[in-house]
Amino acid sequence: MIAFIVRRVFASIGVMIAVGLIAFAMFRYVGDPVNQMVGVETSVAERAQLREELGLNDPAIVQALRFLANAARFDFGVSYQFRQPVADLIAKRMPATLELAFVASILSLVAGIPMGVYAALHRNSALSRLFQALSLIGISLPTFLTGILLIMLFSVTLGWLPSFGRGEVVRLGPWWTTGFLTASGLKSLIMPATTLALFQMTLIMRLVRAEMVEVLRADYIRFARARGLSETAIHFRHALMNTLVPVITIVGLQLGSIVAFSIITETVFAWPGMGQLFLQSIQNVDIPIMAAYLLFIAFMFVVINLVVDILYVSVDPRLRASLHGMRG
Amino acid sequence: MSAALLSVRDLRVEFATRRGPLIALDGVSFDIAPGEVLGVVGESGAGKTLTGLAIIGLLDPPGRIAGGEIRLDGERIDKLPPARMRALRGRRIGMIFQDPLTSLNPLLRVGDQLTETILAHMSLTRRQARERVIAWLGEVGIPSPAKRIDGYPHEFSGGMRQRVVIALALCAEPALIIADEPTTALDVSVQAQIIAVLKKVTRLHGAAVMLITHDMGVIAEMADRVAVMYAGRIVEIGAIGDVARRPLHPYAMGLMAAIPTLEARAGRLAQIPGVMPRLSAIPRGCAFNPRCPRVFDRCEAERPPLIAVGDRGAACWLYEARPAPAAPTAEKCR
Amino acid sequence: MSRADVDLAKSGPAPPSLIARLRDNDLVASFLSSKTTVAAGLVALILVVAGLAVPLIATTDPFDPAANFLMDSLTPPRFVAGGDPRFLLGTDDQGRDLWSAILYGLRISLMIGALSVLLGGAIGVALGLIAGYAGGWIDSVIMRIADVQLTFPAILIALLLDGVAHALLQKSNHEETAFLVLVVAIGLSFWVQYARTVRGSTLVEKNRDYVQAARLIGLSPARIVVRHILPNVMGPVLVIATINLAIAIITEATLSFLGVGLPPTEPSLGTLIRIGQNFLFSGEWWIVAFPSLALATLVLSVNLLGDWLRDALNPRLK
Repeated sequence: MIAFIVRRVFASIGVMIAVGLIAFAMFRYVGDPVNQMVGVETSVAERAQLREELGLNDPAIVQALRFLANAARFDFGVSYQFRQPVADLIAKRMPATLELAFVASILSLVAGIPMGVYAALHRNSALSRLFQALSLIGISLPTFLTGILLIMLFSVTLGWLPSFGRGEVVRLGPWWTTGFLTASGLKSLIMPATTLALFQMTLIMRLVRAEMVEVLRADYIRFARARGLSETAIHFRHALMNTLVPVITIVGLQLGSIVAFSIITETVFAWPGMGQLFLQSIQNVDIPIMAAYLLFIAFMFVVINLVVDILYVSVDPRLRASLHGMRG
Repeated sequence: MSAALLSVRDLRVEFATRRGPLIALDGVSFDIAPGEVLGVVGESGAGKTLTGLAIIGLLDPPGRIAGGEIRLDGERIDKLPPARMRALRGRRIGMIFQDPLTSLNPLLRVGDQLTETILAHMSLTRRQARERVIAWLGEVGIPSPAKRIDGYPHEFSGGMRQRVVIALALCAEPALIIADEPTTALDVSVQAQIIAVLKKVTRLHGAAVMLITHDMGVIAEMADRVAVMYAGRIVEIGAIGDVARRPLHPYAMGLMAAIPTLEARAGRLAQIPGVMPRLSAIPRGCAFNPRCPRVFDRCEAERPPLIAVGDRGAACWLYEARPAPAAPTAEKCR
Repeated sequence: MSRADVDLAKSGPAPPSLIARLRDNDLVASFLSSKTTVAAGLVALILVVAGLAVPLIATTDPFDPAANFLMDSLTPPRFVAGGDPRFLLGTDDQGRDLWSAILYGLRISLMIGALSVLLGGAIGVALGLIAGYAGGWIDSVIMRIADVQLTFPAILIALLLDGVAHALLQKSNHEETAFLVLVVAIGLSFWVQYARTVRGSTLVEKNRDYVQAARLIGLSPARIVVRHILPNVMGPVLVIATINLAIAIITEATLSFLGVGLPPTEPSLGTLIRIGQNFLFSGEWWIVAFPSLALATLVLSVNLLGDWLRDALNPRLK
């Protein structure tokens, strides 16, 4: 088991390095860093000097390694557009995105799994068909459209909820700001979190339903029935357990994409998070931010994948056994 | 004559399809006495498994019981409400399926699955149930039961798994076990062991067995009587020795002749020409008539009921004693 | 088992006519059996035809700056007070007729969706076949790349590719190349799914007897792969393609909404919605509402059709 974890960690590091190199390639070779940083009046001599200072004349490998080393210390250079260290810019906006992603993830799980289970157990009931219809709409509506519809309903027409911004935030510690502790903060969180969660929620619901329907047709379920076990035991012990195991992996991976989808939600609701920063950097070709965001996302996904892999192996006894077999 | 434990009369099972109902079982009748082993043989698709599923009430839609009656210890069970049927399963009727690997929940320990079943039917403490489980594992021949009780299904070999399955089906002490192809998924070397275990355990606990298989060897090893099924009907029923050595129905004759034996001269394997008809295209009259070497006019016109021949039964006009045969003679078959 | 025991035979003794065969065909029957599926099919058909026939039914060309008058801008739809009979659904801030803009937008969405799915599918199937059949280090390399790419959601990949492409091309070319960049970016974000599935199927088929036989005869690998293995792995590919079409359309709309897709001079539905969001609070709701409706309907019907196709092609549900 330990060997498995170690191997996966090494693989993850490998992926990070690969992404890091891609980020470096973007950073160095897309556009000219020097020209992006200086004004039009700067003389050629000054540019050459700057190039030298920045180490842009060193061999590519040296530059790549320097980049990776800096990245490992969270030094991502300076933004072309804002003229501030990228790490600071990202850190300032991280709490907004993370809080949003967290609430959306919880929401999608808490709503999605029970709906999926219900839809699987009562396949032909009216409520289940409603869920099916809603889920179809949920995956058909692009995230931004959901956001806009919610705004149209709750902000424009009803005037209940704010349509942009984070509301009042409270500073916790050196760099974290939270919107959980104020009424306006919480109100501002509702629509963006729902928007972000909707797609995931419907995905989870469909997945759980499909998986559970499959599981309910398995032989061991039939045998359990033949042994006279109660429907409750069959559905909520045997079937649910076997449903959730493969669902865990997929759900885990999906949750990672919530952070990616936050880009859209943050744009719709003018939420001051990392996603918005990233989008601006794409529009303004601000490479340092793009590269840093890429690395951050990669890191997050890699960590999530690692956790999910380990979780999966520890939950399914068959996989645990095959691991032990491989070691021996 | 002791009262039958299981009594099936004229059982009809249908499947609703786009083009109308498809009759899968057409008037199946037989009895099983307490403690008796009835073998049910036939080709794939003859309706053996369906009969078992109908008895235990696990027919999946679009299949349904469309007629006839099933009685357990005299009371009807084919029309019971779901909750009462559930109370029967495991406690009075048990069923074993073909593939032991997929019959066990891969994520639960074997001991837990057994304990759960025992506790579902008997009020015992956990500790008492656990002791029973260990005892059962020992009975079905699992070595070191106290250790293996905490194992997962994939940690057992195929034969061991099927023993666990047998223990699971019997741990609530049902009076009837329906065993659907219990050895088919196992290695040949293991099959004999499993049949031995099944025989021993059912005898010990006085359980009757409906042994469904296409393997005559298994029947010969374990059954007291045998019913031969063809195209959703029983074509012959009787004591195993009689049916095996002197089959009455031409299909049964073909079946017995097709079994290669070590002593027989090397030559072509005897086959029954043709194939069993599809359910949507069952011939008029006797279902076997297109393939029967002894066919005559009446076979194509009228369907023969199960005709008594001594204490056996054969659904064949060859054995008609009177011009208008009496009503189904399942009782007389005993 | 009960399934083995029951053989649901398909046809009686006499060979049926074409109509009867069509009626009997499981695919057709399952299509017709669900009213929603039929409705979705009709809607999709209408939308596709509308998209293709755009030049005929659009009342104006929304891309021709000369045809738009800023004076007409922000006109409400015809059926609302203040509306203009010329503009069925009103106009946007450039004075563009929304009805025409939506039709063109539908067409663009469909085209980008279809093309990117084809592109991603072609690359993915090809790489999957190669990886599965050749094995060895080729397989490892392709799968490594796939794994790295799979750690990210498709939309992020598309976003990144789009951004990099625009950075590499000069800003001035942005509008002309937007279409192409979108197709490539979205297409490239999809190939991995196809590659993985096809590789898996190829590995299975590779060991089948008919492939061994073909090799024995001496057929070239290319021939074996294309003529023998490819048809047998297409089933799941179709399923993925149907899912991806909806996702491609959504992705394009999202990228345009975010401002990195199609520009306002050549608007897709997403761009129109982006423009419209600015006018939500000032009361010009139609700029958002109608393109949103069109987009939602398009994706919904594509999804419904995809669902039906998936269920119909799934042998296990029969």
